[in-house]
Amino acid sequence: MPSKLDYLDLLESESIHIMREVAGQFERPALLFSGGKDSITLVQLALKAFKPGKIPFPLVHIDTGHNFPEALEYRDRLADELGAKLIVRKVEDTIKARGLKEPVGKFASRNALQSYTLLDTIEEFGFDACIGGARRDEEKARAKERIFSVRDEFGQWDPKKQRPELWNLYNGKIAKGENVRVFPISNWVELDVWNYIKREGIELPSIYFTHEREVLVHGEFLVAMSEFIRVDEGDVIEKRKVRYRTVGDMTCTAAVESTANNIDDIIGEINRTNISERGETRIDDQVSEAAMEDRKKNGYF
Amino acid sequence: MDLLRFITAGSVDDGKSTLIGRLLYDTDSIKVDQLATIQKQSKNKGEGEIDLALFTDGLRAEREQGITIDVAYKYFNTEKRKFIIADAPGHIQYTRNMVTGASNSDLIIILIDARLGVIEQTRRHSIIASLLQIPHVVVTINKMDMVDFSEEVYNNIVIEYSKIAKQLNIKDVKFIPISALLGDNIVNASDNTPWYKGDTLLHLLENINLSHDINYTEPRFPVQYVIRPQTDDLHDYRGYAGKVISGTYRKGDLVTVLPDGIDSIVEAVEINGEEVDEVFAPQSAVIRLKDDIDINRGDIIVNKSNLPNVSQDIETTLCWMDTRPMVTGNKYLLQVQSKRVRCIIKEINYKLDVNTLEKIENVDQVGLNDVVHVTLKTASSVVFDSYNSLRANGGAILIDETAHTTVAGCMLQ
Repeated sequence: MPSKLDYLDLLESESIHIMREVAGQFERPALLFSGGKDSITLVQLALKAFKPGKIPFPLVHIDTGHNFPEALEYRDRLADELGAKLIVRKVEDTIKARGLKEPVGKFASRNALQSYTLLDTIEEFGFDACIGGARRDEEKARAKERIFSVRDEFGQWDPKKQRPELWNLYNGKIAKGENVRVFPISNWVELDVWNYIKREGIELPSIYFTHEREVLVHGEFLVAMSEFIRVDEGDVIEKRKVRYRTVGDMTCTAAVESTANNIDDIIGEINRTNISERGETRIDDQVSEAAMEDRKKNGYF
Repeated sequence: MDLLRFITAGSVDDGKSTLIGRLLYDTDSIKVDQLATIQKQSKNKGEGEIDLALFTDGLRAEREQGITIDVAYKYFNTEKRKFIIADAPGHIQYTRNMVTGASNSDLIIILIDARLGVIEQTRRHSIIASLLQIPHVVVTINKMDMVDFSEEVYNNIVIEYSKIAKQLNIKDVKFIPISALLGDNIVNASDNTPWYKGDTLLHLLENINLSHDINYTEPRFPVQYVIRPQTDDLHDYRGYAGKVISGTYRKGDLVTVLPDGIDSIVEAVEINGEEVDEVFAPQSAVIRLKDDIDINRGDIIVNKSNLPNVSQDIETTLCWMDTRPMVTGNKYLLQVQSKRVRCIIKEINYKLDVNTLEKIENVDQVGLNDVVHVTLKTASSVVFDSYNSLRANGGAILIDETAHTTVAGCMLQ
């Protein structure tokens, strides 16, 4: 009998199978790439799925204009190294072209506006499938999402109309105008991603490791100082040793205090922490119990 | 560390959500901020203590109605295993969801309320478990605290359930007396059941042997995608990308490509672009063949010495999953692995009463959640195995040709 597969081998195999289903079932797929650890993992899985060939779809980045420079630098370098096609579309341009109103307030985020740019990009290139790095363990609304998640022509997710997903059979059949969001790492949890990054020796943007940074101390959140942050009277700004547990926009992603400068230490810290990934880092989820559910219904991935 | 996927069957009333909440809570899989959210919700609902069941309610609509509509996936792990829970609602109007959750599960936890014993629902969940061929069944007899942890109550339920297991030919059944609410025999052995000498639920989940569940003797490799780099150094490279869903493949194996039945020899098996000695289920791999033959997505590479069924006439048990009824004579798409073919429903042979296993003949209407046995005719040959003999290659779905929705899950025969 063959040797037993490790849980990471099993997760990897499932994800590769999903990547190949996308390539086999769709005409114009794309991989949504943000420069965060989850989408970096996706790219590595896509590489493995199609070796020795190249990844048969472009990487697409919806740039909010509020990204960490380190993540953007990493994005460009990776695309370059892989010889992959990189498509960047800016939320800024959508705001101008469509006269969208920017949210205002202390940690106003362009998260919701991102959906407009994404939908425009899908239309521009005629993408029929977009691969994303969402995981079911992240959030309650995600826990019920399918691996192949069909969106209508407005990009909307209707939780009550989801297709049953049985065995390893994925139904990517759609009408014109519809598209499918595909989540190959649905069944991975945060630590699975970190353990995989460690095992595969995957390089990450430097902000995932400890560095000294000027942060605005907002209750339990440490928010990186940048031109996008509104400073009010009485705000406490300090230099702290921090790293990022998740990488989103500078406006709404908080850092965690840490001296971890290697993957082992990060895994150790995540093992010991008693706060969830989104709870510790996502200011935008704290609005209501159903913040994510509402965003997803409006086309968010 | 390996991986176990299990499904929990029961209703909120049986303490299913509490049981899952308990497993997550007792294995430290719930973080402080998530706990705080639950505390807030418990207060909103006017409940004093933390309601562990709230951990499993995903969508706002469900929270408002206090029910589970859909399959939710939950995750936790111990030193030994990573666990994926498919949390599916147990009422009869959600049979479709349970079938979906069961399709990927290695194990099912069937909850029985100690006060009620074996009821219609228990029977239905067991029938679904046996239809979907879930290899391991764990019967948890819950709410033991409400029957004074009575050994007699427990024993009677064990005797009663064993009859069902025998009738359904369920081979691996284990029983555990528990209280999900209080935590008895979930993670820690209970002092309240000194007469019970078996494992706690978590211990059982961690140690149940999964190595026999994978079939290593009947090689099946559905081709998902053909890799042709067409670069200077890989000019003639042609690799078939897919997943070994059962069996093993090595260089030199004599294989047949179905449904056309073209023979060839394995030139190399590869993982991550590198040649390896052997690939086996459930690995994703690439197979290269000696002969330059035309192979496409939907074809399946099998070992010449072990052939599956190749047919256009298929008998199948299926669970109807669409709100619009099935129509005899209508055409649908049948998807088996990476192959999709048009098919027509020739005949509905009988409907299965999922509460009693009774076969109802002369069926004129098949609606949502109905389990029926039908005869299909496909437009071209389909390669498959009988679900009961090779689960990995016997499952299929029906897709509505115009609405594109998944309308049925099929266990081919």
